[in-house]
Amino acid sequence: METRLGPVASRRSVLLSTAALVIATSPRSTARTIAGALPWDPNGGNPPVAAKLGPWEFFTPEEGRAMEALADRIIPPDPQTPGGKDSGCAVFVDRQLAGAYGAQEGLYVRPPFIAGSKSQGSQSEGGPRKEYREGLAALDRACQVREGGKRFADLADDRKDQILKDLEEGTLRMEGVDGKSFFALAIKDIQTGFLADPIYGGNRDMAAWKMIGYPGARYNYLDWVGRHNEPYPLPPVSMTGRAEWTSNNSGAK
Amino acid sequence: MARILPKKDVVIIGLGWTGAVMAQELTDEGLDVIAIERGPWRDAPTDFPPSQMQDELRYRVRHELFLRPDQLTFTFRNKVDQQALPIRNWGAFMPPNGVGGGGVHWNAEMWRFLPSDFVLKTHLTQRYGANFLPADMTIQDWGITYDELEPYYDRFEYLCGTSGTAGNLRGQIMEGGNPFEGARSRDYPTKAQPQPFSHTLFGKAARELGYKPFPQPSGNLSTAYTNPLGLRMGPCTYCGFCEWFGCSNYSKASPQTTILPVLVRKSNFTARDNSEVVKINTDKSGKHATGVTFVDSSGEAWEQPADLVILSAFSVFNAQLMLHSGIGQPYDPATGEGRIGRNFTHQTISSVNGFFDHTKFNFNPFIGSGSIGMCIDEFNGDNFDHGPLGFVGGGYVGQVQTGARPIESALTPSGTPKWGAGWKTAIKDNYLSTVKPGTGVHGSFYAYRDIYLDLDPLYKDRFGRPLMRMTIDIKENEAKQNRFLTDKFAEIIKAMGATSLAKTYRTAPYDSTTYQTTHLNGGVIMGADPKTSAVNRYLQSWDVSNLFVLGASAFPQNAGYNPTLTVGALAYWAADAIRSQYLKNPGPLVDA
Repeated sequence: METRLGPVASRRSVLLSTAALVIATSPRSTARTIAGALPWDPNGGNPPVAAKLGPWEFFTPEEGRAMEALADRIIPPDPQTPGGKDSGCAVFVDRQLAGAYGAQEGLYVRPPFIAGSKSQGSQSEGGPRKEYREGLAALDRACQVREGGKRFADLADDRKDQILKDLEEGTLRMEGVDGKSFFALAIKDIQTGFLADPIYGGNRDMAAWKMIGYPGARYNYLDWVGRHNEPYPLPPVSMTGRAEWTSNNSGAK
Repeated sequence: MARILPKKDVVIIGLGWTGAVMAQELTDEGLDVIAIERGPWRDAPTDFPPSQMQDELRYRVRHELFLRPDQLTFTFRNKVDQQALPIRNWGAFMPPNGVGGGGVHWNAEMWRFLPSDFVLKTHLTQRYGANFLPADMTIQDWGITYDELEPYYDRFEYLCGTSGTAGNLRGQIMEGGNPFEGARSRDYPTKAQPQPFSHTLFGKAARELGYKPFPQPSGNLSTAYTNPLGLRMGPCTYCGFCEWFGCSNYSKASPQTTILPVLVRKSNFTARDNSEVVKINTDKSGKHATGVTFVDSSGEAWEQPADLVILSAFSVFNAQLMLHSGIGQPYDPATGEGRIGRNFTHQTISSVNGFFDHTKFNFNPFIGSGSIGMCIDEFNGDNFDHGPLGFVGGGYVGQVQTGARPIESALTPSGTPKWGAGWKTAIKDNYLSTVKPGTGVHGSFYAYRDIYLDLDPLYKDRFGRPLMRMTIDIKENEAKQNRFLTDKFAEIIKAMGATSLAKTYRTAPYDSTTYQTTHLNGGVIMGADPKTSAVNRYLQSWDVSNLFVLGASAFPQNAGYNPTLTVGALAYWAADAIRSQYLKNPGPLVDA
């Protein structure tokens, strides 16, 4: 058990006479004094925050359309496994950008921002929200110039792929944006969403995990560690179990 | 103005592995001990439950259990004449935060260093001559020998329940263990973990090539174990979420599983969490510590007076706090003088991924534990003749794959497109049949005159203090060592039957953005000579005799092994010196 212990020295004798105590140093402080027993509160943990059903949280409708088109070319659908759009990868990126990742929470963002060597890592001030906002707009503008006024999402698949190949090779210049690095970021985030737990909006119905043979959050392989070169028999589970077991599937948009 | 708390016998800065060991030892001695921890209290029932821990995005990709750079980071540069810039997001290493420290989210590899590692300078000079070493290399002997440390290695291994196969039992070489290890006084507390398919195949291939493979010594337990403090650990379930994650199952050795439930119930122990020590205070002479000042999470400052100060933060933060406290002369690479910040080192890591025919090989690579694996030690330390090779140092190599969390482990052979149908088909075909050893080549990192730590002149932390500046690069000696080891390792992966290999050497410049390991060492190094070390052989500050500095900050240079077992053994060694010598007669244990 824990209690909140006052900052004052004279409380110490009280502290030692009880089984355990925890003392907050001020109303704003999460600092605690812990003595006598391990601290534990019911429901004191920090469960994951699931992506919510509903409209785009970060993207505008036009950006969302471009992202879904992009997701479906980075991970195209095939007869066995859905593509990036239907597996929720654009929703994943949207929720990530709306949340801590987009806000650069926890990162060191103090100035000055000075360009450095590659080995010193990103020194960009803007962060991923700015990169997506500017990158998706620049992609549509570049397509409109090159493809007769059409936005990226409205192109035929082979034209989309050609645009993306040119971006990857750096031959398609986008105004005010490093197209090559924006596309690399989009690949990374979309593929991350495809392979992450479906609670975050991508990998819907564990499509990616079924495809590659990853059994998910199984936690215990004691019975299989010594069974070499034998296919693991169980289908995947996610942190929320299996989609058909629950009525409120996370991540569906 | 800091408010002053009642005086304690001992204040411990940082409640990770070494802080927990020291607190347990000194409370046993009857002293009144407080530990002050920068991060939150964490434990399995609340923070690492199985229902949420298998979350690669949250813990691996977004780093949730680690220190966040907005709380504290470093500046970084490769060369002394370069502008250092802040590490804005972690890459090459992952500094810990919170109770348990790195012991929460480590893999739990339990390696002893070689006897020759402790007398490195003497040993290499005798065998190869002084001119064989690069002119700017500043390696040193430790001031302690393997034989002196052996009983403390043993104590930490038994605290943790370590699973392994002995290779050298009291001088007798044992079949199936590491024949190169120093003599151990008794066998491991628990037998080695069973090995999954790819790890077993690596062992077989290595044996056929003439090596002597053995299971990596592991702090993920093969079987249930009750440690000397009466705490019971459970057998590992091979869930594959060890490094970057907390263990849900009380199977991974950590302060939480091996010490804290006993320590925290003692009436003479108190901990404060979410409270960051910002200074070690000294009296007017500068030679005696009077306690510490810390700031809680609301920004309020407190002073905790104490007779004895134990600095047991993560290695580089030890160096930083010494610099911020003005204890010990800062190291100057121009003159080679000064104590604090010298001989900063890391590890020289590379790997080789192997792609196998998926119609013949199914590795079920998601079955793993943090320190599962089969290794060879033929190319570590000075286990091989460096004369014809033109470099010094080495490392173990092994198939030490810890699982196959899919974001990180859906790999494709070279030549595969990075996106599109080709990528999708390739991850489908390769996920179950890829060998991805992680830190497969685990090389030493020796010390150099211009690789060091000091305070940055430009960037500040949230309190307005200078960030610490890291100046570090990969030198030619380490690059040569790595090329040699990586090629040897690739031969074994090839012999396992791989159809293609992806081989990556570690080369200059040192890259702050790609993960190697979190084995940062040095900065407050131990030694026999107060001119070239910050602490004596008992980890006691040369400058302030009631201050002991624990952790890998004491390593004069890094060996080709994971550091934690040596860190734990040194903590027991220092605790023993305090209990048996210092408390009877407080003052310097070694004359400067």
